[in-house]
Amino acid sequence: MTHSIRARHSDEAVTEPLLSVRDLHVDFRQGEGVVHAVRGVSFDINSGETLALVGESGSGKSVTALSVLKLLPYPAASHPKGEILFKGKELLHASDAELRAVRGNDISMIFQEPMTSLNPLHTVERQVSEVLVTHRGMRPNQARSRVVELLEQVGIDKPATRLASFPHQLSGGQRQRVVIAMALANEPDLLIADEPTTALDVTVQAQILELLKRLQSRLGMAMLFITHNLGIVRKMADTTCIMTQGEIVERGPTADIFATPQHSYTRHLLAAEPKGAPPAARPGAETIIEARDLKVWFPIKRGLLRRTVGHIKAVDGVDVELREGETLAVVGESGSGKSTLGLALLRLISSRGRVVFLGHDIQGLSWKALRPLRRHMQIVFQDPYGSLSPRLPVGDIIAEGIRVHQPRLAAAELDRRVVQALKDVGLDPAARFRYPHEFSGGQRQRIAIARAIVLEPKLLVLDEPTSALDMSVQAQVVDLLRDLQRARGLSYLFVSHDLKVVRALANAVIVLRNGKIVEQGSADEIFANPRADYTKALLAAAFEIEAVPGIVAQ
Amino acid sequence: MPVVSAGVYSPSLARSPADAPRSASRLSPINQRRLANFRKNRRGYWSLWIFLALFVAALFAEVIVNDRPIIASYKGELLFPIIVDYPETRFGGFLAVTAYRDPFIADEIEANGWMLWPPVRFSYRTVDEALPVPAPAPPSWMMSPDERCQRHPLGIDDPGCNYGNFHWLGTDDQGRDVVARLIYGFRISVLFGLILTTVSSVIGVAAGAVQGYFGGWIDLMFQRFIEIWTSIPELYLLLIISSVLVPSFWLLLGILLLFSWVALVGVVRAEFLRGRNFEYIMAARALGVSNWTIILRHLLPNAMVATLTFMPFILGSSITTLTALDFLGFGLPPGSASLGELLAQGKNNLQAPWLGLTGFAVISLMLSLLIFVGEAVRDAFDPRKTFG
Repeated sequence: MTHSIRARHSDEAVTEPLLSVRDLHVDFRQGEGVVHAVRGVSFDINSGETLALVGESGSGKSVTALSVLKLLPYPAASHPKGEILFKGKELLHASDAELRAVRGNDISMIFQEPMTSLNPLHTVERQVSEVLVTHRGMRPNQARSRVVELLEQVGIDKPATRLASFPHQLSGGQRQRVVIAMALANEPDLLIADEPTTALDVTVQAQILELLKRLQSRLGMAMLFITHNLGIVRKMADTTCIMTQGEIVERGPTADIFATPQHSYTRHLLAAEPKGAPPAARPGAETIIEARDLKVWFPIKRGLLRRTVGHIKAVDGVDVELREGETLAVVGESGSGKSTLGLALLRLISSRGRVVFLGHDIQGLSWKALRPLRRHMQIVFQDPYGSLSPRLPVGDIIAEGIRVHQPRLAAAELDRRVVQALKDVGLDPAARFRYPHEFSGGQRQRIAIARAIVLEPKLLVLDEPTSALDMSVQAQVVDLLRDLQRARGLSYLFVSHDLKVVRALANAVIVLRNGKIVEQGSADEIFANPRADYTKALLAAAFEIEAVPGIVAQ
Repeated sequence: MPVVSAGVYSPSLARSPADAPRSASRLSPINQRRLANFRKNRRGYWSLWIFLALFVAALFAEVIVNDRPIIASYKGELLFPIIVDYPETRFGGFLAVTAYRDPFIADEIEANGWMLWPPVRFSYRTVDEALPVPAPAPPSWMMSPDERCQRHPLGIDDPGCNYGNFHWLGTDDQGRDVVARLIYGFRISVLFGLILTTVSSVIGVAAGAVQGYFGGWIDLMFQRFIEIWTSIPELYLLLIISSVLVPSFWLLLGILLLFSWVALVGVVRAEFLRGRNFEYIMAARALGVSNWTIILRHLLPNAMVATLTFMPFILGSSITTLTALDFLGFGLPPGSASLGELLAQGKNNLQAPWLGLTGFAVISLMLSLLIFVGEAVRDAFDPRKTFG
């Protein structure tokens, strides 16, 4: 069968594409039903070219990429139709042995989460050399020098000293570099990168993308790039395919797609950038929360007696002041202490320093004494999948806070409040009888917001509320938050690493690094002329990659 | 103030679950899936029904095997000997409690009315006075009718020599019917196991929950205590206690409980340690929900999955422990129906293989059923079986 296909293709195509996906279908058996995850996707990639598959979660882009190496959970997944030709060879019906020869050798893959794609029990050397030993038959000693060479190529400092490191001893960016080194070990013809920078900080993201681009031009390999981030697509891809609901709705040279999008979905995606400006700050608005010299230190304990030998200073002497109806954004890379700061202000973790909320010094208050104030300070978390109890219907989740603070409220009144909260966040009130898993990420985040606002709080801490969401949903949630703020005079403490969202929401910005404030000021000021180098680097990384049309020329 | 982001193309919102029909059932979707998974394990599903049928039957053991009639009519009066202890003087005898199996009393009642007997006319402590051969007697169907009825006054024509007085599985070495002892023994074993499992699960879950949720010093001290506690050799302690105190059902339960509650602590503690860092727990704390409400409403359901998965196996091991103690003679007081005692008799009377064989068959059937049910429960709670 392989031969006949090869014969047919050598007849019709003179310049044969490296990888050719024709009319690919992927079905998933789910209980009794069948989900058509991918429906008739076709694309070609030529040697040295980069093709981007762009779409929101659930569009089938990752499933398409995984089908190329047949890494889907068979037999629950199946391919009713289609073919995948790599150098003229059919992969979809190839035997396991044939596939193994291709995987990691001719085609290799980088995944989203560098922590889980490395084995935590193996050293860097062992992980990288495994590919060499498997496909090249190298002996460990030969492999070592190659591993050092590879690590150097992917930009790891002093690679020889890193050989014995375990994944947890590396930073996220370094881990992803090791994963890339593994993928490149056998100089593949095709690299499949499945959201390779989504789990990384913006600053690291920029470096990794640059590295990939450099390696690609040096090795002349083709790249299949899967992402939801249009800024990255613009920077990386020669050709772009826009996917939604298992189909490619538009394809073409990247520049053309951005300049003249044809399909309505593409236009919708391009338009789905968080936009707008925050409501202007009212002069003389009363202070909602104020913290002086706030410190959160986690003790490092060593030895048999667990003596404290030092501290990890997650938040180290930070001053915060937030007025009614305003938004204060806390930005920084991961590990900068920005989420910890939010939790400490709500006294969800213990801290030192003065915290004054609505005129009460809450630092010394006991859990019980603080409870009456809790209804005025609420929080929305990053992960809408983790922040809703999977075992309670949505109505109970939203009503929980009211039951605590107004236990004697009549059932009908309680229900009315829940319905109103759901309407306020733009959900159907019938949602209160359902369970969280029946909702999409954006809807769940709306539920989490409803849970917070049903108590009519004064302060809402938003801990990266949009970073787990798709672009277009992100924009909707940003709009929702701003509308709620305008209507209710809410104050937001907005914790985020996403500077575009920050620009759309914040009046004032604090830039945190290693628990200390690097720069603070009004949002306009910081975005227009940042003073600290760190802020400049952060802005460059965020906006040059996330090139919004018209802002950065390339 | 409804905020509607209208006019935005949104595939995720377009497929809103609000359009889907709501199921009428009150079970949450996750539990519906579990039930379906449980049913899919045919062996476990049928094992549960068989076990429940046997258990319910054993709960009504008095109606199936008993040495007194269910209903009797004597001189126009309706009597319920199964519930009420009538003195024998009522029927012309002299005992405080009527012995209905006595031919004199039986004839007297039959002459002045009728009696409705259970299918097997022996209780677990009834000693059959009309055994044709010295105890342990083989099953009645292994003997010829003449042999079987030779001790009855009228021989083969005696009304007392009927199926109700058959020993379907023979008698033990004290002339007590094996079927009767099996049924009562099954009942007491399962009840003992159920009570022990329930009480030790409640204690274990509570202890694990407190340790896992509060952590820190409470956890540290409790864990060290459990380590020391579990290092006490349980069986020897039991032997010592039962040689000092006279063992009874409740005493035995109490002693076994002292050690069996730790079985679930580790699992529940681990679930709580994992669960207390979930964001929805943090969200509940931010709402001002009290610790106990968080434990009961948000964390316990997670821990119950692990608990329920273990439960059939704990039940099985509780039953095995009781049987082992009975076998050694340190279990339930002498004379009580017990499967372990039946096994011990089988060991002592190798010439009467029906004792050991039936004991073995019943115990292995009971434990196998429980293991099969346990497997099905495990399947039901297995999250990876979702897309099976």
